[in-house]
Amino acid sequence: MRVEVRHLTRVEGHANLVVDVASGELRECRLEIVEAPRFFESLLKGRHYSDVAPIVARVCGVCSNSHTLVSLAATEAAFGVEVSAQTRRLRQLLAYGEILQSHILHLYFLAIPDYLGVTSILPLAKSRRELVTRALRLKKLANDICLAVGGRPVHPVTPCVGGFSALPAAAALQELRRQLVAALPDLEETVDLFATLPIPAFERETEYLSLSPDGGYPLFGSELLSSDGARIPVRDYRLAIEEYLTPHSTAKFARLGRESYMVGPLARVKNAFGQLSPMARQVAAALQLEPGTINPYRNLVARLVEVIHCVEQAIHLVDETLLPGLRREVPVVTARAGVGVAAIEAPRGTLFHAYHYDADGCIESADCVIPTAQNLGNIEADLRALVPQLLDLPRPELTLRLESLVRAYDPCISCSTHLLTVDFA
Amino acid sequence: MTKPRIGFFDFTGCEGCQLTVLNLEAEFLELLELVEIVEFRELMSEGGGELDIAFVEGSISRPDQIERLAAIRARSLTLVALGACADTAGVNALAALRTADDLRAEVYGSDSPHLATLPPQPLAAHVRVDHRVPGCPIDGREFLAVLQALLMGRPPELPSFSLCVECKLAELPCTFEAGVVCLGPVTRAGCDALCLRGGDRCRGCRGLIDNPRSGPYHRILEENGLTADDILREFRTFNVPGKGGA
Repeated sequence: MRVEVRHLTRVEGHANLVVDVASGELRECRLEIVEAPRFFESLLKGRHYSDVAPIVARVCGVCSNSHTLVSLAATEAAFGVEVSAQTRRLRQLLAYGEILQSHILHLYFLAIPDYLGVTSILPLAKSRRELVTRALRLKKLANDICLAVGGRPVHPVTPCVGGFSALPAAAALQELRRQLVAALPDLEETVDLFATLPIPAFERETEYLSLSPDGGYPLFGSELLSSDGARIPVRDYRLAIEEYLTPHSTAKFARLGRESYMVGPLARVKNAFGQLSPMARQVAAALQLEPGTINPYRNLVARLVEVIHCVEQAIHLVDETLLPGLRREVPVVTARAGVGVAAIEAPRGTLFHAYHYDADGCIESADCVIPTAQNLGNIEADLRALVPQLLDLPRPELTLRLESLVRAYDPCISCSTHLLTVDFA
Repeated sequence: MTKPRIGFFDFTGCEGCQLTVLNLEAEFLELLELVEIVEFRELMSEGGGELDIAFVEGSISRPDQIERLAAIRARSLTLVALGACADTAGVNALAALRTADDLRAEVYGSDSPHLATLPPQPLAAHVRVDHRVPGCPIDGREFLAVLQALLMGRPPELPSFSLCVECKLAELPCTFEAGVVCLGPVTRAGCDALCLRGGDRCRGCRGLIDNPRSGPYHRILEENGLTADDILREFRTFNVPGKGGA
């Protein structure tokens, strides 16, 4: 039996899933990333620091804010630029806006059709109109955060090396706060909806990696934490993370202490459960998500818990920004030769950018390590463990089960260079 | 009356333009009343069949993409290039400055023949493109305006003046005065000078206007100590040589 899903849908990017089983034996199981390579790291060579973040933002439409923010942080690290507390708060708010945007898109548009027996959210526009309008309202809120702080929901324009080139109006932040509070009933309904979904039972323990939760729930940070106990300075990520090529993928794979590891919502929740906001912890309890949860399908629930966390934190961030009053600040940057490494918790997991700059502030070399690329090995390992448990299922059901597993990771394949084909031979 | 059948497709790019369509939250449900979205890989599982309008995002950068694009063209009455990557090669245009083998070896090492690529090109290099929505990413309003014109059976029109007009209407200071190179004078308007409003400069993502006034622009460049080569190098960030890039 060969399961092949060509151009996996409802994922961001192009990938194929190939599973080959003969007489009950799994012969082949691979996730082929067939997205065209784009060579961003080479394209950055020779570029002036002021162009670097706008270029790398284009790696991905869904997480362009994360790429921008981590890029700015890496450049600032290379030049020894310290940013103000106001800049740090606004960047956190922008990052939470993007995590919300991406998570809402995944929960409602990409994942839920699998559980409601439809092929997309579109037919629900008639049959479940309240669900679709709620999804659109929540998505708009997230986009409004990115618009107010970053100047545009996709590919932000206001964040720049050293700070912001334009600040949101105080009135826009107050309006965001009003909308964030007004979203709470929509979030309650979302939690009620997800509490009813038949999330498949499947467990496989792995290594979980995120930024360290020492300064709060991981977002920015200088230290990595592995669930196996290792603490690694972000600047040494290359020593700890091994990236490697496979013949069937245009994305690189990665490993840490074991054969594969997981980054993203479930990894963050596991490593930083105690740092979740009070509401997010309540929701986690209501949905039976615990630090001990090792079911990769429950990445979906972890994503929803993070939505609650981001909304609650965003309200606090608006208050903390407005209380001292918004101040106009002119970024002060002096380029110098040097190396800058930074990491951010992007919606799908830890994202690294590292740059070598010359004395004129132009890129000599660049390295970007993408969350989905880090997860690919782990997705394959999950599939290898799962397929033998599903061989009695009818083929369409088996295929759906495998596709939803891949989707639970919300792979962002444009980033990692796109897909899923389940082929039965 | 049957609704027009619309499809969304993507090639080499970031899917930010399709996301911008999804970000039209307020109009999205109305849109579904007017058209039938039959293909949208990022959003839905099914697909196939004849299309009234294909919106195609991304550049063409691999041999197999040429065939896939031709097949989409063959079953679509109207094909619209969606966004800078499809229209002018977008930020992928940066790869045109290097050889494909060089780029591949640098990122993936020398033993990676399965990663072969072509120099990224806009759709029009391979198929007939009927209309386009420029920008990186597209502007959601402009997408709706183009779709509205097509649904009414009129050819969509893009602004024929330069970005400087929108910048001046917004009463923004000229970035050249701050010593920063800006591509506003030669770039097609339609984004409402969004990057300039955000305190940044224009990098030319909407492509060249139809008839740039080369005389005045040369003067601006000379006054700021720039050569035509300098400005072309700037323009290459979002525009592949010879394809909308001049």
